[in-house]
Amino acid sequence: MDAMVRELSYAQAIQEAMAIAMEMDERVFLMGEDIGVYGGAFQVTGDLVERFGTERVIDTPISELGGAGVAVGAALTGMRPIFEFQFSDFATLAMEQIVNQAAKMRFMLGGEVSVPVVMRFPAGSGTGAAAQHSQSLEAWLGHVPGLKVIQPATPYDAKGMLLAAVADPDPVMIFEHKLLYKAKGPVPEGYYTVPIGKADIRREGRDLTIVATSIMVQKALDAAAVLEAEGIDVEVVDLRTIRPMDKQTVIDSVKKTSRLMCVYEAVKTLGIGAEVSAMIAESEAFDYLDAPIVRLGGAETPIPYNPELEKATVPQVPDIITAARDLVKGVR
Amino acid sequence: MGTASKAVADSRANLPFVYRQYSAEQLKHVLYKMYLIRRFEEGAEDSYTRGLIHGTMHLSIGQEASAMGICMPLGEDDQITSTHRGHGHCIAKGAEVKRMFAEFFGKTTGYCKGRGGSMHIADVAKGNLGANGIVGGGIPIAVGAALSSKMMKTGKVVVSFFGDGANNEGAFHEALNMAAVWKLPVIFVCENNGYGMSTSTARSTAVKNIADRAAAYSMPGVIVNGNIFSEVAEASYKAVERARAGEGPTLIESKTYRHRGHSKSDRNRYRTKEEIEDWMSNRDPITLFENELREFGFIDDKGIEAIRVAVAQEIADGIEFAKASPSPHVSETGNYVYTEQA
Repeated sequence: MDAMVRELSYAQAIQEAMAIAMEMDERVFLMGEDIGVYGGAFQVTGDLVERFGTERVIDTPISELGGAGVAVGAALTGMRPIFEFQFSDFATLAMEQIVNQAAKMRFMLGGEVSVPVVMRFPAGSGTGAAAQHSQSLEAWLGHVPGLKVIQPATPYDAKGMLLAAVADPDPVMIFEHKLLYKAKGPVPEGYYTVPIGKADIRREGRDLTIVATSIMVQKALDAAAVLEAEGIDVEVVDLRTIRPMDKQTVIDSVKKTSRLMCVYEAVKTLGIGAEVSAMIAESEAFDYLDAPIVRLGGAETPIPYNPELEKATVPQVPDIITAARDLVKGVR
Repeated sequence: MGTASKAVADSRANLPFVYRQYSAEQLKHVLYKMYLIRRFEEGAEDSYTRGLIHGTMHLSIGQEASAMGICMPLGEDDQITSTHRGHGHCIAKGAEVKRMFAEFFGKTTGYCKGRGGSMHIADVAKGNLGANGIVGGGIPIAVGAALSSKMMKTGKVVVSFFGDGANNEGAFHEALNMAAVWKLPVIFVCENNGYGMSTSTARSTAVKNIADRAAAYSMPGVIVNGNIFSEVAEASYKAVERARAGEGPTLIESKTYRHRGHSKSDRNRYRTKEEIEDWMSNRDPITLFENELREFGFIDDKGIEAIRVAVAQEIADGIEFAKASPSPHVSETGNYVYTEQA
């Protein structure tokens, strides 16, 4: 019997995944700042504390480094913590535990241990929260062997990838764009997983491959709908995982379309688009390219407060349309 | 650990803690292990000089009573997190020196299969969750292990060793606070050897005693002479009892001294020869313990000599084991980054 499929928001899908994980496995618990009665800064944990109690939905002090370290230590010794950062920006306070400890523990100890910790990072701009609460830092963590880094773009993937992350024996970092929390989509009831390390072709097309991450997936799809009317057929690849990257899906897509554009919100330089572009340049798909690769990324600036400026610092649908049109028509 | 019988206990009523608490065999074994730590580190230093070990290492020579005293009341299931100066902790918690030497030599038979070396030495089977190259890095991890113990009701106690340098890291303060708020079964052990690399505690730390910082986190702060085994073991015993009873964490400051420099790069410009000589001649923890054992009639010179000979043999065998062990193949460089999944 197929599970019933409902429309849930991205935040509801994550909450449901955490509830299922805690019901299935008593080792799973939640830690984070104000995730109990407050329900989390973005109401992702919501009322879970009422269901699972304060011993499994643990409010931490405002101690990101220590809290992350406690989660790492608990994971190292048999528990399955899901640690919520209130904002992804606060990863900067906990980089020591994420980068030096969680990522390297298994390797340093010759495979004698594993660290099955899940960390969730509400990320991205668009909320008027200015420069210290709006960053997209996934490439920072994507640079670290030992971590897995994912960016689900839909409620369906948010639930399935979180459940995959909890089941994963290694540390998984989940970047959730804050503007996606209210986005709705179909989500089946019950347990299912979406594999980490597999990209998803969200729209098939012949003329251009857009590799997008997180909130940029929907923007790319919106742009593709407009471009279709102009006779430009766009393929949209939702990367979903930035480490380990699903290279083959991207390579196969570029071989089909002969054009590549990368769209991501994080600062353009040294971002995921650079990695995807270089990967294609090194692959057999390079010979299939009919045009230079194009990257659309965030501006080389902190995220500003003013709403017009804020919008201007990250790629928007019209930017994608213009760049795609130019790329396909050979303007570039 | 077992305890001394009633009759024996009565005869020792006026002796320091460990001589009342533990059997002669147990105490002789402690002396054996203190020598084992000392000779292991001398052997490692010698092997480094001979070019058999690369990288660097941080020797705890002079701190053996601290490692042994803290681990004395711990059971095999109890856990520790350790530091870059962690060879003594590892041996005290039950590691075999041959597999430690093998690790230092970068061999596959080492505890970390040659991937960690001195700074990441671990023995998970014996409850050593690993030395740490980051000062203070192990402290929150120990609190996490203690949270596991509480949530899974395993009864395990977790000890976090760190040095005086770590008490000025944010991780120390965040971790102590959380452990106290959640009343976790964890013991924070600051081995204060007077210097964070070259910077003395007087120049780096606003409080006179690091144990004073326990007050800020509403837990007992205990100062012990880290070079006197019995003092350390007694403080640890009480802290373990408190932790097992669910009463929460303790901060123990074990005041000690490292005879050697910080690491192999140390030119020793921040302390005087007289100071080092004083600690080596008058306050050596092995000599102090040995003298007490002899004075209280637990051992004689012949017994001490037998221990020294046996330790020398174990060290020699360990180095031979390490030399004869295979190195990992370069094709295996990528192993253990992620868990291998079927």
